Amino acid sequence: MVFSNKPLQFIVAVLVACLPLFSSANTATDSVHAKAEATHAEAIAHTEKAAHGEHAEPTDLKSKINAYINHHVLDAHEFSLFEDEAAGKHYGFPLPIILWDKESGLHIFSSSKFNHGHDVAESKGAYFKLGHDEKIYKTDAAGTLTGDEHHPTNVKPLDLSITKAVFSMLLVAILMFFLFKGLAKSYVKNGGIASGVGRFFEPIVLYVRDDIAIPNIGEKHYKKYMSFLLTVFFFIWFLNIIGLTPLGINATGNITVTACLAIIVFFITNLTANKNYWGHIFWMPGVPTPMKFILAPIELLGVIIKPFSLMIRLYANIFAGHIVLMSLIALMFIFKSWLGSSLSFLLSFAISSIEILVALLQAYIFTMLSALFFGAAVEEHHHEEAHH
Amino acid sequence: MDIPRIVGAGLVVIGAGIGIGRIGGSAMDAIARQPEASGKIQTAMLIAAALIEGIGFAALFAVAEN
Repeated sequence: MVFSNKPLQFIVAVLVACLPLFSSANTATDSVHAKAEATHAEAIAHTEKAAHGEHAEPTDLKSKINAYINHHVLDAHEFSLFEDEAAGKHYGFPLPIILWDKESGLHIFSSSKFNHGHDVAESKGAYFKLGHDEKIYKTDAAGTLTGDEHHPTNVKPLDLSITKAVFSMLLVAILMFFLFKGLAKSYVKNGGIASGVGRFFEPIVLYVRDDIAIPNIGEKHYKKYMSFLLTVFFFIWFLNIIGLTPLGINATGNITVTACLAIIVFFITNLTANKNYWGHIFWMPGVPTPMKFILAPIELLGVIIKPFSLMIRLYANIFAGHIVLMSLIALMFIFKSWLGSSLSFLLSFAISSIEILVALLQAYIFTMLSALFFGAAVEEHHHEEAHH
Repeated sequence: MDIPRIVGAGLVVIGAGIGIGRIGGSAMDAIARQPEASGKIQTAMLIAAALIEGIGFAALFAVAEN
């Protein structure tokens, strides 16, 4: 190939050649979009007349995009795949709502009763309304929320619903269960040789064992942690990858999900720790006695900070990735020109590729650091104290 | 969001960026010097980068929190 020794020039030339395609493709969608917007403006005018007052929909484009991104990164009580704003239709499916209220007890009903936050749901004589922050509040029959619009002061019932994040986690858990169960069976059938999709997963499982567990935890103790490390690795990886699909799932970018994972790591670390680990926390060997009193609280704080940083790292990485990606896609609707759209396409393509890498990297980092903490908890006493 | 918060967020990102950049650069040097140890160097690099990133994100959230 003639152009292969000048890859950059080639890419630029192809881009310039493709620009007319972008622009002509864009005009068509733009006119459709403009039409849709016009009808949407009518629809908004219509709904605002009918609205209950506190349910003011965002009207201009930027705040609409903002609301959409905010809605995406939050957990939701229904699974919405896409929506037709002009027709006012939502495509998706409702999820079960499970509420525990102190006065009226257990409530189980479908989230379709909320009608995407527009209606007041009635169950066993109690009324519930979905707030703007995707939380459920107890109200009266008219659905009045006290306090300001974004932070109502109504009573919040205990919400045990199968939300979007819970649903996606259950989905991944079932997928993983059947995938790895099937793989385990296929090894027996094939006489210990990987077959099918196992050829893809076997090196990864071995990598987690040989390059994450054994070097960090040690030959002697690594086996009892392997089940957790493998589970958490594949769980985070699959959830991250599913979060990049157009399904609109954002489970690992939800701080409650990562907090639960971090709490599990915290308990495993501290419940399997030997006396050597606690000795290093409360009475650090090999330092002068006054220093031991200063180091003990710092080390004790470190016990909590370690899983806390695990939680923040995974959450913030995925959360930030989703926001950046959606903002870049939203550029298309803000610029409404061939230049903006092609820029948005290129940037979102590049960021998507990076996000696929980040999905794997974050699963790896989480597993790696968990293994590091487990390794510190079961580390044997050093006998070569002489060189300290 | 007021000005000090924005400046604080910027400082956090600059600090974390310098830190991760230095780790990456040093890892490159180390790999160039000892290519056979590249696996171990990469692992150590990723852990160090992840720790700095965690601190950076924590500070960023503290800054951005209303």
